[in-house]
Amino acid sequence: MTTAPPPPPAPPETPAWRLISTLAVAGTLSGLLLVFVFQATAPAIAAYKAKMLRLAVHEVLGGPERYDTLYLVDGEFTPDLPDGAIAKDFKRVFLGYGEDGRPVGFAIEAAAPGFQDTVKLIFGFDAAKKQILGMKVLESKETPGLGDKIELDREWIDQFKGARTPLVARKPGTDTAEGEGGIDTITGATISSKAVIRIINGALKDLGPAVETYAAGEAKR
Amino acid sequence: MRQTTPGHDFLRGIWRENPVLIHMLGLCPALAVTNTVENSLAMGVATFFVLCGSSLLVSLCRKFIPNAVRISTFILIIATFVTIADMSLEAIVPTVHKALGAFIALIVVNCMILGRQEAFASKRPVGRAMLDAVGTGFGFIIALFMMGAVREVLGNGTFLGYSVFGESYEPWVVMVLPPGGFLTLGFLLLAIHWLQRRRAQRRDAETEGELVARERAA
Amino acid sequence: MGNLIWILLSAMVVNNFTLALFLGLCPFMGVSARVATALRMGLANIFVLLITSLCAWFLNTYVLAHAPYLRTICFIVVIASLVQIVEMTIKKVSPVLFRELGIFLPLITTNCAILGLAIFQTNRGYGFLEGIFFALGAGLGLTLALVLMASIRESSETADVPAIAKGMALVLIIAGSLSLAFMGFAGLLSSS
Repeated sequence: MTTAPPPPPAPPETPAWRLISTLAVAGTLSGLLLVFVFQATAPAIAAYKAKMLRLAVHEVLGGPERYDTLYLVDGEFTPDLPDGAIAKDFKRVFLGYGEDGRPVGFAIEAAAPGFQDTVKLIFGFDAAKKQILGMKVLESKETPGLGDKIELDREWIDQFKGARTPLVARKPGTDTAEGEGGIDTITGATISSKAVIRIINGALKDLGPAVETYAAGEAKR
Repeated sequence: MRQTTPGHDFLRGIWRENPVLIHMLGLCPALAVTNTVENSLAMGVATFFVLCGSSLLVSLCRKFIPNAVRISTFILIIATFVTIADMSLEAIVPTVHKALGAFIALIVVNCMILGRQEAFASKRPVGRAMLDAVGTGFGFIIALFMMGAVREVLGNGTFLGYSVFGESYEPWVVMVLPPGGFLTLGFLLLAIHWLQRRRAQRRDAETEGELVARERAA
Repeated sequence: MGNLIWILLSAMVVNNFTLALFLGLCPFMGVSARVATALRMGLANIFVLLITSLCAWFLNTYVLAHAPYLRTICFIVVIASLVQIVEMTIKKVSPVLFRELGIFLPLITTNCAILGLAIFQTNRGYGFLEGIFFALGAGLGLTLALVLMASIRESSETADVPAIAKGMALVLIIAGSLSLAFMGFAGLLSSS
């Protein structure tokens, strides 16, 4: 009669401290490695972001000599943040100055839903003449070949230079009344082009009064 | 453990057990960022880096990782490499980083990587684990490259930004949009299945031919 | 409020997580052969997505403001633990449901949709309410895609499919058609 072989000894239970210490060591090493890589890459990343912003502001303001960042604090624009505040919590605009030291215009960022997803853009605004100085789409996921013309079609984008606010969308070929800022919509991308116009008008409704107050204050100085 | 040769470990990941085309792993990046060849290659290389780095570390430390927490430790290691890849891409090639967007971070849930750690790297010495990782990584890059090439050439008329068909080509925009991703992979699989069937039929025909010949000789 | 509705509908149909953003494909391809299973998988996902959104908001607001590069690690660790807890809870509360969902629950961890939601929510800077609506929209969209795919696959089981197309190739082509159909939702919510 054969007897069944004795069951193999159960594998020793890993003690809890080993489990926890493994995870703790792994976590600590991982954290240290990441801090190191972060320090190494942070300067390059920050420099790129600053450069892109500078280029965008330059493009929409027609090449100012320099520009200041203004933050919206308590409904008014000011170049200084309150003590201890983090910059990204505040809405901001940029005020460009020409070679003669006189203000050229404000660069305002804005974003809102377009046809496919959110469209993010920056535009230049002359508060005194109430005109757009330029427009640049920063981020968009509109349809390639159609909606993405808002980013790529130079002729369409150039329409914004000198357009009076508030902007009005018009079908290509029609005329707008004198004094209105008419922008032709793009055939096949009506919603995307109307979205850009809507975003700019919305941003001006939102920030326009504060911008004009600041501009008036600046002019007096 | 079944013994496999080093060559076998390396080659199988490239085609016969291609992670995307045969095992259907890592589909999210394969469909999402293959709208241009440049993005496909960038995603492929980033995943390759994460896969090799994690396999190396997991294989080196396999004796120190208790069984109960192994999945969590693997995920921690993979997530570390993914974060490194993310920051490095943002610092070195910011335009590509912007195009790939959130999908770089999503490499961490790419079933392919965790699968390789669990099935292979945690049970084999470093050399074999690396061969497996490199082979699988190459397979991934190849699959993504094929998707990207088809989608960019048909959907944009360009290859790596260079125009292929000239000015008069009317691009099939749908190919660079989400449906194009699904359809491209679907048709790629159709082609592969067709090739596999042909090979199987030919093998069956040969075996039958041998049997008939043997009967005649007997 | 209009903004919240836009976020929900956008995540649900206009930029459907599965058919437009390519997230959550593993369950979409693998699970979706029975409508009942697909529905349950979808509901499980909605639940996990909502909780993930809460955790992501909490982490972003209180923990990660000072160390943004630890985001990926924190999110994935929280998600893995969350799924463990959900699994244990379902096991205790409803063993029947647990048996039905079986292998799918641990797979939710590697479901790109969960981590994807956390990342998108962070990148877009959504607040508490916006995150909830986003998660709800994403979950409903996922469930919608799963159920549609399951019902088509159920019907196609009796169809005469060429041998080379059987399996994943057919699923992908069906998915492509669904994705194409959903593209019609674009522009749904644009005023003007």
